[in-house]
Amino acid sequence: MSSLRPGNVGIVIVSHSPKIAEGAADMVRQMVGEAVPLAWTGGDVDGGLGTNVAGILEAIETAWSPAGVAILVDLGGAETNSEMAVEMLPEDRRARVLVCNAPVVEGAVIAATESSGGSSLAAVKRSAEEFYA
Amino acid sequence: MHDANANRAAQTFAPLTASAVLVNPVGLHARPSVKLTQCAKGFTAKIEIALAADGPWTDAKSPVKVMRVKAPQGATLHFRIAGPDGEAALAAMLALVHDGFGEA
Repeated sequence: MSSLRPGNVGIVIVSHSPKIAEGAADMVRQMVGEAVPLAWTGGDVDGGLGTNVAGILEAIETAWSPAGVAILVDLGGAETNSEMAVEMLPEDRRARVLVCNAPVVEGAVIAATESSGGSSLAAVKRSAEEFYA
Repeated sequence: MHDANANRAAQTFAPLTASAVLVNPVGLHARPSVKLTQCAKGFTAKIEIALAADGPWTDAKSPVKVMRVKAPQGATLHFRIAGPDGEAALAAMLALVHDGFGEA
């Protein structure tokens, strides 16, 4: 289960705080393992709290998988900037990136767990969103 | 995809049942739940867990549902498994519990 399977859905963590984003990514790696492409981004371009589109695009690129990428976000701007980043992707990739309506830490762990079992992007998103169900 | 396979499998294979006591110190908390789910997802069989022999049964392939069971240390975890690889799945699940999910 710990070998990297590039066919698994990638996970991107976007928080206003780089510490939260990195910490959530640490939890995913420790709890779920290495079988899932994973990237995180946080903070504005000046290093303060916030999110930036370029950073999110970079994270999507890092976690890219042919199976798609699920993005976990925290508050407001993280979501709108993530949606903006998705809009800026090449057309053939746009439909394979989804922003999940789920808590960022728990959602990231659950999404990665689902992905590590080889589930589809839709199933990964659905599972992460079960937290609010 | 998993669900459809599991349902089809469940119709043609008699369910296997077994139970094991949770030995790891914190019970079925987040990390063991993830391990249990990952293990379950490796099989096509329909795999369910419960805290009592008569249920209610929880889909062992759903990480959120497994965490909601909140099974404490010392609880008996019951398995109900049906599918072509049911025996291997049951052996793997029981081994995971006996092993304390690698943290006992």
